[in-house]
Amino acid sequence: MLDLKSIESYYGKAHILSDLSFSIGAGEVVSLLGRNGAGKTTTMKSIMQMVIPKGGSVSFLGSDITGLATHKVAKMGLGYVPEDRRIFTDLTILENLEVGRQPPRDGGYEWSVEALFELFPNLKERQKNRGKEMSGGEQQMLTIARTLMGNPKLLLLDEPSEGIAPVIIEQMAETILRLKSEGMSILLSEQNLHFARLVADRAIIIESGTKKFDATFAELDAHPDVRDAYLSV
Amino acid sequence: MALLIAQLLTGLANAAALFLVASGLSLIFGVTRIVNFAHGSFYMLGAFIGYSLMQVLPGHFWFWASVLLAGIAVGLIGVIVEICVLRPVYKAPELFQLVATFGVILVIQDLALLVWGAEDVLGPRAPGLKGIIRIMGEPVPKYDLALIAITPFVLFGLWYLLTKTRIGILVRAATQDREMVGALGVNQAWLFTGVFFLGAALAGLGGAIQLPKGGADLMMDFNILAAIFVVVVIGGMGSLPGAYVAAVLISVLNVFGVSYLPQSTLVLMFVVMAVVLMIKPYGLFGREEVAGEHGQVGEPERPIKPADARGRMIVGCLIAALALLPMFDSTFLTILITDILIFCLFAASLHFLLGLGGLVSFGHAAFFGSGAYVAALLVSHAGTPMELAFLLAPLGAGMAAVIIGWMCIRLTGVYFAMLTMAFAQLLWSLVFQWGEFTGGDDGMVDIWPAEWLSTTNAYYYFTLVVGVGAIILLRHVAHSPFGYALRASRDSERQAEATGINTKHVRWAAFAFAGAMAGVAGGLFVFSKGSVFPTELEIAKSFDGLIVVFLGGVKTLSGGVVGGASLELIKDFLTRFEFWRLSLGVLIIVVVILAPEGIVGTVRKLAEHAGWMRSKNAREVTGDE
Amino acid sequence: MSEVLRVENLYKTFGGIHAVEDVSFSVAEGELLALIGPNGAGKTTCFNMLMGQLKPTSGQVYLRGENITGMPPRKVWRMGVGRTFQITATYQSMTVIENIQMALMSYHHRVFSIVPYAHKLYREEALQLLELVGMVEQAERACAILAYGDLKRLELAIALCHEPSLLLMDEPTAGMAPKERIKLMQLTADIVRERKISVLFTEHDMDVVFAHSHHIMVLNRGELIANGSANDIRNNPKVQEVYLGGGHLFAKDEVQPNA
Repeated sequence: MLDLKSIESYYGKAHILSDLSFSIGAGEVVSLLGRNGAGKTTTMKSIMQMVIPKGGSVSFLGSDITGLATHKVAKMGLGYVPEDRRIFTDLTILENLEVGRQPPRDGGYEWSVEALFELFPNLKERQKNRGKEMSGGEQQMLTIARTLMGNPKLLLLDEPSEGIAPVIIEQMAETILRLKSEGMSILLSEQNLHFARLVADRAIIIESGTKKFDATFAELDAHPDVRDAYLSV
Repeated sequence: MALLIAQLLTGLANAAALFLVASGLSLIFGVTRIVNFAHGSFYMLGAFIGYSLMQVLPGHFWFWASVLLAGIAVGLIGVIVEICVLRPVYKAPELFQLVATFGVILVIQDLALLVWGAEDVLGPRAPGLKGIIRIMGEPVPKYDLALIAITPFVLFGLWYLLTKTRIGILVRAATQDREMVGALGVNQAWLFTGVFFLGAALAGLGGAIQLPKGGADLMMDFNILAAIFVVVVIGGMGSLPGAYVAAVLISVLNVFGVSYLPQSTLVLMFVVMAVVLMIKPYGLFGREEVAGEHGQVGEPERPIKPADARGRMIVGCLIAALALLPMFDSTFLTILITDILIFCLFAASLHFLLGLGGLVSFGHAAFFGSGAYVAALLVSHAGTPMELAFLLAPLGAGMAAVIIGWMCIRLTGVYFAMLTMAFAQLLWSLVFQWGEFTGGDDGMVDIWPAEWLSTTNAYYYFTLVVGVGAIILLRHVAHSPFGYALRASRDSERQAEATGINTKHVRWAAFAFAGAMAGVAGGLFVFSKGSVFPTELEIAKSFDGLIVVFLGGVKTLSGGVVGGASLELIKDFLTRFEFWRLSLGVLIIVVVILAPEGIVGTVRKLAEHAGWMRSKNAREVTGDE
Repeated sequence: MSEVLRVENLYKTFGGIHAVEDVSFSVAEGELLALIGPNGAGKTTCFNMLMGQLKPTSGQVYLRGENITGMPPRKVWRMGVGRTFQITATYQSMTVIENIQMALMSYHHRVFSIVPYAHKLYREEALQLLELVGMVEQAERACAILAYGDLKRLELAIALCHEPSLLLMDEPTAGMAPKERIKLMQLTADIVRERKISVLFTEHDMDVVFAHSHHIMVLNRGELIANGSANDIRNNPKVQEVYLGGGHLFAKDEVQPNA
């Protein structure tokens, strides 16, 4: 479904990703693990072409999207949920969802506001409230819901558990598992190994912008050395 | 009573055009974060295009069709400007784009001159609405009533578009975080273009709709610019109802001002603006601007270090070369370099404020002018000797900066910029309208230097010593603890305040210091010319300063001086041609597009790239030693 | 142990909503006190009232017996309170060492001085502080290119420059990798123990909280709902309900997707 081939990405002059390749199949939930600064967010942005890779290629559903405008990438069915939430604080919850809305893709699931409110009951209660009146946890829910309004085929979740209370992390895990059961493909970047293990099928570990490991969690458990070297839990 | 109502109605009618133009400006700023200096030019184009259309399209229906068509035509011109000029520079550092829009002003001025000539044109009367209606005995033009009736519909239409439609929601979302809107699948490039179309079209409509009341001339662009900035700021950036209320307030006050306090007309709106911002710093309907963490673009500034031995040697050689200049015995050249030195000092003082403090002042000419006028007034009214008057010039300018700064530094960003412009305009209108004291439009003449400085060469050396000395002082202060504290207040107010730095006082002191230094330049100026006119305090002068600082490079210490010298030289060359504005405008736009980091920044980058200069900073930044 | 900070009946109301309600506590000398709670519970509001960014609606804050309620941040700082921020706040256009020199210049009342070169002032002191947080090699690097963890350490060094008696740290380890978190908090704990500095910090990472605090307070909807040792807090049913969660999802066998 998504295929990265030898990506090279820069942030200004800094070389962030080098020779990074991996792929994600349909219906798969993959977690991208690595410590802070390993290049997880840059990987996400390189997929969305918010950072355009200077080498290598990204293809999605069989077509090359390298260098494409971000909005076109999104239109093809890639849904990006940024790390720092970035909800529109002056807009109401309903308006936030409206910004994310896109026509349904053929064969894909079509999200409606009602369906999303069922998934995130908190949002329903506060649908007329402005984004800035919401707590961090609610904002995190909203940013996922907003992206789902675009009926993505692959969801990119950048550190969904960062900076939120443990009790909300639990809800988040439940939500992701539900999306998974409905056939959504997900790539999520994480530092929280517990959380990643709970929701994902496969772990990709990156360090200094290169891939160090790519296998199931069972295999990761069989290699404690890998875990210790790159995840430092 | 009846007169009062008639005046009120006139004010309401005048508000129509003002509201249309101002709402366009507000809309463009809200979404693109571009302060569009060329908005007045769109208004002027609307008037001229509307006029031409009305000449060929007679009758009732075609009058209104012409107004609409003029709006659409200007909207399309706006689209061309957006695509050709602004798209390439969206990624440039904040506010850099206003330099590009300034280039657009110059281009449009000459193009309008080319097409419509230098003569003012009188607007045609609206068919069917030519007469007057008597309201309680007072005559009120029918066209005024039509305007009063139309405006609320426009306001409602815009409000509906922005709050109730999907496009409006997208526009408001883009106002906050463009990149995220793109990541959600919206083509923000076209959203920007669309907003630019609408904003420019509103300005064009405003220009066309006021034709029967005013007409069209080549000064319209600058004349309305200050007024629409004032309206947008009083109403609150981005608030349409605010723009409407403010437009009405300003227009009505203006009508009353003309009748009861004729000498106050120019000052009035700035006084109102100053008062409103004192009470409500973000305008009547505006909300506090929270500096977004997204949309910050461009490379971070590099750490600064005092010039090393090589740098000092280069500067020393340059000064020595300048000192040898009078030997060529070219009065023309000596005067030109005198002018350039003065302008460089002015630009360097603004750069101190803008580059180090992040304080974008739109009214820095106020202090240049204050310096010049203080010296001129002392000489002609008190018979003060030149030496003393020259020393008091920066003091006077500094005092003005202390007072104006006290009122402005509470605000930041665009609001600060607007307030500084308002106070500068206030000073300007004071000088302009207080004719018996300041000479008004005729300026002050016969302000000559003392005997020992009376030759061109003597004054040249005087300027060289004082000007270069002041520039070196500015640079030294940049490297001093105070300069560091100013940068600290800009980089992170939170951290500065949390480590004991009173950031407001630091900014205030910087504002006063920069003002005093501009006053030195003003003092040098008045004695070099022997005269001073209100134009030295004008918006255009402040803009000149801004342009050169941006062109030189905000993020480099020498940006102001280099930019100042380059622009003066180019101007001197270009003004020999007929359509020099056009050429200068195009040149500015080209530089903006090709060198978004300014001249110094770009040269530095090229030099580093070519390996001529491996500055210490560069090594530290990339860590590739 | 003597008392460094005492907070009495602090209230903060925003437009009729109680953001902080009747919060009282105290911090003893050398104590590490953690303030935890869900997002929006009022932790940051509390912090901002202590440091002077916000004025309390009512209530008092005492630092070593002196009333500092409502003082602006820079005065509170002069009284001997240092702070680090949740979102790092450093001077991006300066080098690492200049960031610290700036704070030292302020401490020595040299902010309005225009004669000396700033980069030559208080270099030795600044280097010592960098040594303390292990960043001497990075002294001349531009702050703008520092890694996140280094920025956090730099902030800590800045906060220590006036030898504070109290440090306020707002989510000191947010956005860091687990190992870095432990390292930073260990570093902080070592420094404050040696210098007898008290620390009040907010944090979401429970590993950090349980490992590094002498005392934990839990805030929920603006009210303190618990105050005690790590064990008390862990086993407090109310805290589990509003904040810690049952932990049931993290027991693998109980996961039932799409139940």
